[in-house]
Amino acid sequence: MAEVFVAKVAEFPDGERRFVKHGPHDIGVFHWEGQFFAYSNICLHQGGPACEGLIMHQVEDVIGADKTWQGQKFSDTQVNFVCPWHGYEYDLRTGECAADRRLRLKKYNVVLRGGDVYVVA
Amino acid sequence: MIELPLSQDRRLKVDEFDSGKMLANAAQQAKQRGYDQFPIVDVDSHHYELESFNEILEYMPDPVLKQLAQMANAGNSKGVGVMPGGVGYQDMGGRVTRYPLRRIEKPEPGVHRDVSLTRRWMDAMGVDIAVLFPSPMLQLGLHPQVEAEVALAWAYNRWLAERVLAVEPRIRSMIYLPFNDPDESLKMVKAFAGKKGVSGFMVTSVRYRPVHHNSYMKIYAAIEELGLPLAFHAGYNWNEQSMAMMNKFISVHAIGFVFYNMVHMTNWVLNAIPERFPKLRTIWIESGLAWLPFMIQRLDNEYLMRSSECPGLKKLPGEYITDMFYTSQPMEIPRDTSLLEATFKCIKAESQLLYSSDYPHWDFDLPSTIYDLPFLKETARRSILGGNAVKLFNLDIGAKKLAKVA
Repeated sequence: MAEVFVAKVAEFPDGERRFVKHGPHDIGVFHWEGQFFAYSNICLHQGGPACEGLIMHQVEDVIGADKTWQGQKFSDTQVNFVCPWHGYEYDLRTGECAADRRLRLKKYNVVLRGGDVYVVA
Repeated sequence: MIELPLSQDRRLKVDEFDSGKMLANAAQQAKQRGYDQFPIVDVDSHHYELESFNEILEYMPDPVLKQLAQMANAGNSKGVGVMPGGVGYQDMGGRVTRYPLRRIEKPEPGVHRDVSLTRRWMDAMGVDIAVLFPSPMLQLGLHPQVEAEVALAWAYNRWLAERVLAVEPRIRSMIYLPFNDPDESLKMVKAFAGKKGVSGFMVTSVRYRPVHHNSYMKIYAAIEELGLPLAFHAGYNWNEQSMAMMNKFISVHAIGFVFYNMVHMTNWVLNAIPERFPKLRTIWIESGLAWLPFMIQRLDNEYLMRSSECPGLKKLPGEYITDMFYTSQPMEIPRDTSLLEATFKCIKAESQLLYSSDYPHWDFDLPSTIYDLPFLKETARRSILGGNAVKLFNLDIGAKKLAKVA
């Protein structure tokens, strides 16, 4: 296992992402709401660049107390990154596929040291 | 530069888009799997013909319709006014980014946009020959003016033949037939047979004329005599009365793309069209595969009880169905792979199945969807990915590789 340099924290603003390759590892690193997350950049579906697509909040149904459908909204808490090839959505904080949480991208540990961001691959 | 609206009122600025870069992982797959060792033919792919609509309209035969269409295309409506269309969310709110970003993709200098962009994704996937079809014009069978379907079909086909097929031998097509006018369809068959890049004829399935109508027999006879295949390309129509009960695009897409081909296939088989035109080869495009075991079981079961309604049949409906050809996309990948394996066996996939990507549409399939199937031997993989199409279309590439596999 090696620590692979990703970026300096100061040069990696919140809301952005970086990509690193190390041997067979193709890794997407996200900086989101003060935390760093790193996953395999290979979609579990057909191998698309899973981490390179849009970041979208989870769409939720709004169901009334009487069980009637009242519309839809974007989640205030759950955010996903979306594989740009076919739309597979992954929970940005877990790497789980939002449509089937039994599916999960390989997760990499992120280490912060001396103002730098590393992933362990 | 383009700015995309995202969730929670965020915005994303994008400066450039290159589908070759977006498909870098596909190129990697091509290299890893040795696609340079055998030909791959994609029997259903697409372009966005409205990006070249001004060019296409120059080929319109009717001067009044031409002026109407040109004026509509010049205004803010961009084609609305002459093209039937409807509600649809293929791009999933931009999540499939090639939809919004393709407008900033640049072709190679001096090469027609459709040729350049098509070659780009073909090379990334390792595809040697692509059969190219339009996108919005798949709805043209719903045009309320039959003469407009006819005029647009002539314009599109002439444009495609001259500007795309004549230029790039790796791109082929099956010519759109304006099927709401059988006489004009027959003229179309005669006009385009033998032209460079013409590998058959195509009927868009979303329409409301039965394929067994007597007025079509002369068309089938002509295509059979030419020895070219006839394809039915699936589609959806949210305005279909039963589909209008559905409130989501996923619902209309999932059911619609199978529904019309089910209707046409039922009519085709039970009216014994394969017996009347035994040498006419048919291809059913873009309905996936899961509908076929259903059709075979359903029709065989009822036929054995009600054969008096179908006296033209000389064998079970399912036996005609397994003589036909099918494109693979969107191939359902069930959690239980044995279901897919049984489907392949049921439809004689090793000889009847033709790989298709449907690229650049949202649910495209890479060649690896076929290549990686654990129950296929290497010979079957290669047949489905290219060999079957080489035989069906009598392609002269043999085992040659035309794609630039990295």
